[in-house]
Amino acid sequence: MAVATSEAVEVVDLATTSVRELNQRLHDLARTPGPRLWRILNPNGAHALACGLDADLEVEIEGHVGYYCAGMNKRATVRVHGNASTGIAENLMSGRVEVDGNVSQSAGATGRGGLLVVRGNASSRCGISMKGIDIVVGGDVGHMSAFMAQKGCLVVCGDAGDALGDSIYEARLYVRGKVAGLGADCIEKELREEHVAQLRGLLEAAGIDADPTEFRRYGSARQLYTFKIDNAGAY
Amino acid sequence: MTPGVRHPDVSERGDGQPWNLRESYLFPRPVIAEIQRAAREGIYDIRGFGAKRRLPHFDDLLFLGASISRYPLEGYRERCSTDVVLGTRFAKKPLELAIPITIAGMSFGALSAPAKEALGRGATEVGTSTTTGDGGMTPEEREHSKILVYQLLPSRYGMNPDDLRKADAIEVVVGQGAKPGGGGMLLGHKISDRVAEMRDLPKGIDQRSASRHPDWTGPDDLEIKITELREITDWEKPIFVKVGATRTYYDVQLAVKAGADVIVVDGMQGGTAATQEVFIEHVGIPTLPATRIAVDALQELGMHRKVQLIVSGGIRSGADVAKALALGADAVSIGTAALIAMGDNSPEYEREYRKIGSSAGFYDDWQAGRDPVGISTQDDELAARFDPVVGGRKVANYLRVLTLETQTLARACGKSHVHNLEPEDLVALTIEAAAMARVPLAGTDWIPGLERP
Ligand SMILES: Cc1cc2nc3c(=O)[nH]c(=O)nc-3n(C[C@H](O)[C@H](O)[C@H](O)COP(=O)(O)O)c2cc1C
Repeated sequence: MAVATSEAVEVVDLATTSVRELNQRLHDLARTPGPRLWRILNPNGAHALACGLDADLEVEIEGHVGYYCAGMNKRATVRVHGNASTGIAENLMSGRVEVDGNVSQSAGATGRGGLLVVRGNASSRCGISMKGIDIVVGGDVGHMSAFMAQKGCLVVCGDAGDALGDSIYEARLYVRGKVAGLGADCIEKELREEHVAQLRGLLEAAGIDADPTEFRRYGSARQLYTFKIDNAGAY
Repeated sequence: MTPGVRHPDVSERGDGQPWNLRESYLFPRPVIAEIQRAAREGIYDIRGFGAKRRLPHFDDLLFLGASISRYPLEGYRERCSTDVVLGTRFAKKPLELAIPITIAGMSFGALSAPAKEALGRGATEVGTSTTTGDGGMTPEEREHSKILVYQLLPSRYGMNPDDLRKADAIEVVVGQGAKPGGGGMLLGHKISDRVAEMRDLPKGIDQRSASRHPDWTGPDDLEIKITELREITDWEKPIFVKVGATRTYYDVQLAVKAGADVIVVDGMQGGTAATQEVFIEHVGIPTLPATRIAVDALQELGMHRKVQLIVSGGIRSGADVAKALALGADAVSIGTAALIAMGDNSPEYEREYRKIGSSAGFYDDWQAGRDPVGISTQDDELAARFDPVVGGRKVANYLRVLTLETQTLARACGKSHVHNLEPEDLVALTIEAAAMARVPLAGTDWIPGLERP
């Protein structure tokens, strides 16, 4: 994913620049024109990096990032060439966030749009309360992933941990490997042609080479949509 | 005997029951009714409003007016200021309120759009803030609220960075007094098309909000979450942290450490739109001790008045406001009383309340969406009964009365600013209140729990 060489790249070294200053410069681009391509050096696990962006930028972060990197992002593409801690791309609105390595808990939590791609594994609660985001994970996801997932797709090329899709609403889950266990009200559903097509599109968008027909689909049994006493044991 | 007039009958008690019938203290009629309702319906009772049981409250405190040792301010001539600034710790743009009373977060979904608009209009008219709720920010509400606090709740319904930037402050909701440790719920009949769309949910389903935030747990994470919110909004907005009153001392200190500008402590009497009755009545501590503990926690850190404290849960009158401020709160917040000011539970609607099995003064089925006044509903026809302009004026009037009453009490105690009220101006009527508020029992120097000098 190399940046086009013809265009100038703004390089910011976090060894000498504060996160506050970097974020402010990136935020200012929502109102005033400036460089489109950014390269961030020495992130060293800093929190809240490149969060709240709202411009057509490409931001390459060369290293590991802390919590909430690219949180609430709109329009921008943020690539992390390393691992990411809790809440990468939380509440993503649009644009694209990519992580080369592994990510910690709650990746893409409550995301409302856009695409999150994790090439490694994602820890627990990946896609928790997702509201329209698409998440593609190259490896495995941890337990309680897609908890209360409302909308959007979670694609897992590896295995899924326990209680996948617990209390799920209308999100779609696609898993290629093993599922340790399904959460309350989450069931396997038929993988029809329309789903294969959707999955193919998502894998392509993520740049991950996998055969969409090898996946299984999971979603809501819609049994918990209105409280019935007979379901009390499911909670 | 005159027909229709009951004459006292020596064989009956005042309530019309014969003397030889004895009602159980453990199983009075309401308890029997609830057991039988539970047996019939097989689901716990969900309702709105706050705790209905008797609890130690600000009513159990009295002010010591000035006399010889202290002199009062002249009621109509000498100034008693009421302004308050919230968010002076880190935010570039703190909130400047004309009065120390704010409107609490109540969701669009629980309340109709015109009701939300009225709250904004009323608050704006008197120079104070109003707050969004679970369900996000509506354009009507933003337009009519000069100062609007935007809540970040576990559900994150409608959460987006544009509204964060449009807000004047951000409130991270950890809990609510009516249900500390509990999530929200909005029953299916209140999920209209618009509510469903704002929450990214199908229409007409029972919506359960989570009780924990999806992307942080514990104080260390909270600190980072607050940093992220500050970064997204370029450190402009004050960040509030709202907790239901339980382990208030630790919660307040942890919120300060996590970087809050303002802490909101909501006592167990705090109102709700829809919560299990068992939760409302049995979880949390009352607003009175919570206020005192919160102030202690701030003072111990040297942060009293630096991190502002807002107290809520059962605030009804200027007396409640003045007593909360005297115990050390910077401001109070109101929910239920604001709805009542707009007409909720008005006898005017008695006939309609009867039709839905309730009565004016008892109505608490805010979860049901059939509010005849048009406030706690998503039914367009019912909501259309409520005029947001008239409602806004009532809220403003009510807030003015609360303010005047607060000033009256402050002047009587010789204070030129309502924040100059102090615990030394108070005594307690009951031993419980004396212990909880840590002020002496009236007529004594006894504060239960404190060693005597
Ligand atoms: C109808 C209604 C809806 C509420 N919705 C919310 C909400 O969305 N978020 C929240 O933090 N608190 C909510 N609350 C609680 C209030 O913010 C506040 O804590 C409480 O009403 C204060 O107590 P009071 O009602 O005795 O004034 C709601 C309360 C009511 C009455």
